[in-house]
Amino acid sequence: MNSVRIYWVAFTTILIKEVRRFTRIWAQTLLPPAITMALYFVIFGNLIGSRIGEMGGFNYMQFIMPGLIMMSVITNSYSNVTSSFFSSKFQKSIEEMLVAPVPSWVILTGFVLGGVARGLLVGLIVTILALFFTELTVHNLFVTITVVFLTAVLFATGGFINALFARSFDDVSIIPTFILTPLTYLGGVFYSIQLLPEFWQKVSLFNPVLYMVNTFRFGILGVSDINQWTALAAICVFIVLLFSLALWLLERGRGLRQ
Amino acid sequence: MKALSIQNLQKTYGNGFEALKGISLDVKEGDFFALLGPNGAGKSTTLGIVCSLIRKTSGKVSIFGVDIDEDFAKAKQLIGVVPQEFNFGVFEKVEDIVLTSAGYQGLTQKEARPRAEQLLRDLGLWDKRHAQARMLSGGMKRRLMIARALVHRPKLLILDEPTAGVDIELRRSMWSFMQEINRQGTTIILTTHYLEEAESLCRNIAIIDKGEIIKNTSMKSLLGELSSETFVLDLVQPLKETPQLAGFVTRLEDATTLEIEIQKGQSVSQVFALLLEHKIEVLSLRNKANRLEELFVSLVDKTAASGFKAEKITTEVSV
Repeated sequence: MNSVRIYWVAFTTILIKEVRRFTRIWAQTLLPPAITMALYFVIFGNLIGSRIGEMGGFNYMQFIMPGLIMMSVITNSYSNVTSSFFSSKFQKSIEEMLVAPVPSWVILTGFVLGGVARGLLVGLIVTILALFFTELTVHNLFVTITVVFLTAVLFATGGFINALFARSFDDVSIIPTFILTPLTYLGGVFYSIQLLPEFWQKVSLFNPVLYMVNTFRFGILGVSDINQWTALAAICVFIVLLFSLALWLLERGRGLRQ
Repeated sequence: MKALSIQNLQKTYGNGFEALKGISLDVKEGDFFALLGPNGAGKSTTLGIVCSLIRKTSGKVSIFGVDIDEDFAKAKQLIGVVPQEFNFGVFEKVEDIVLTSAGYQGLTQKEARPRAEQLLRDLGLWDKRHAQARMLSGGMKRRLMIARALVHRPKLLILDEPTAGVDIELRRSMWSFMQEINRQGTTIILTTHYLEEAESLCRNIAIIDKGEIIKNTSMKSLLGELSSETFVLDLVQPLKETPQLAGFVTRLEDATTLEIEIQKGQSVSQVFALLLEHKIEVLSLRNKANRLEELFVSLVDKTAASGFKAEKITTEVSV
């Protein structure tokens, strides 16, 4: 059988399996972020936001909307891959793939795009919810779509590496709780870094989430604290680095083969 | 052609444990081959290396002439694996598990669906095709793993204790299924703790112990090495004392149960002739232990004994 055909069928099989998994358990994967983000819109955007006034030339609800969409894309693309791949390891169903003629890059791409699919679907749900609270204008469609897709790829790949190293369910939640959540909240979702003292503005520039949130905000509103093209280039570099690392670990059988 | 060829295979784990000490083994195409050994002997390590779940330290493995170091993807297409532990997504539906496995082998849904249906019907799982795997009984889960391993029609099927925990009736129906697919040309390698299973199904056998092959021969010639067999006779009338049968060792277990040891070369007819002379009527007759089991225990005991001796000598020299 033609290798390209085998790889394509294997890839679509992994992707369909991933999508089937998160849609089957929609009450755990799709509903909670929708409820959480609706609460953010109501409490921060509507109630508190009306007292805050304008930020970056937009009302507060409009300002935080891109950040909240991006936050849901980041957390969902990451957690989809960590939980799915770690469950496969835990139940040993990953062995099914390892004994089949599926190369490591196909396994990695399948899982990463599965995470991207969930991240984008949740992002779409949150966007639809946002329309109940504010208007949606798209300043630059190319930047908007590119940055949301690349961010989902980057965090899904990060989630894969987390799952490879994880030995227990506790290990799966350490990175999201202690690293991802603080970075996201401090990544300019709720504020412009112009509000910070100069020292903390400089510190914020080391937070990669800031670049993604601001680039997405540029795509939607046309305002950003940083240059969007630099941000896109940086995301691409990080994707190449993390994808290469994940592939190398998978080839070596890290956490999978003895 | 050799379905599987293993040459000087070694495996040392990260903790320094030497699981395989340079084993060599050949399995002919079309064979039904038993790989036996006590727990921790190296069976699962050997099979794990063959199907790429474990990395070898050194040595060569080829499947139908395809070296796994040169073209592992091609070699993997030739193998179907039924592992010892259940390793499917328990929340997946039965049919999806088989179709997904087919997808990993490069079979589209259109190609795989009729094959999956046939296998699920043959293995009595068709009615359960929409059930989640966690809802199946232990025996059904075992059969699901067989269906999954066969969906891409492998030329070599590896069965790692496929009937563990399965009741005798189901075990026998699984034996018939395995014999049928072997007749159709699939080479089968079986590991099992049910030695009766290996004796009934397999034509050739290798026994592995402490990472070394201690026996590799045909089942017939191995059983031919058995020097004596003990038969248990259930008697119609109770006996008060052990009957003396010339040339045979006899033991009276209880009033109606007599054990007779028959040496290689002696015939069972002789026993019955002598019993008739003593007017002892026999209700039924059975082997005290499985023949292969007796041999297996004696072979593994021998290596254990020699290992113990070596350890003892070392200690004495050190002192």
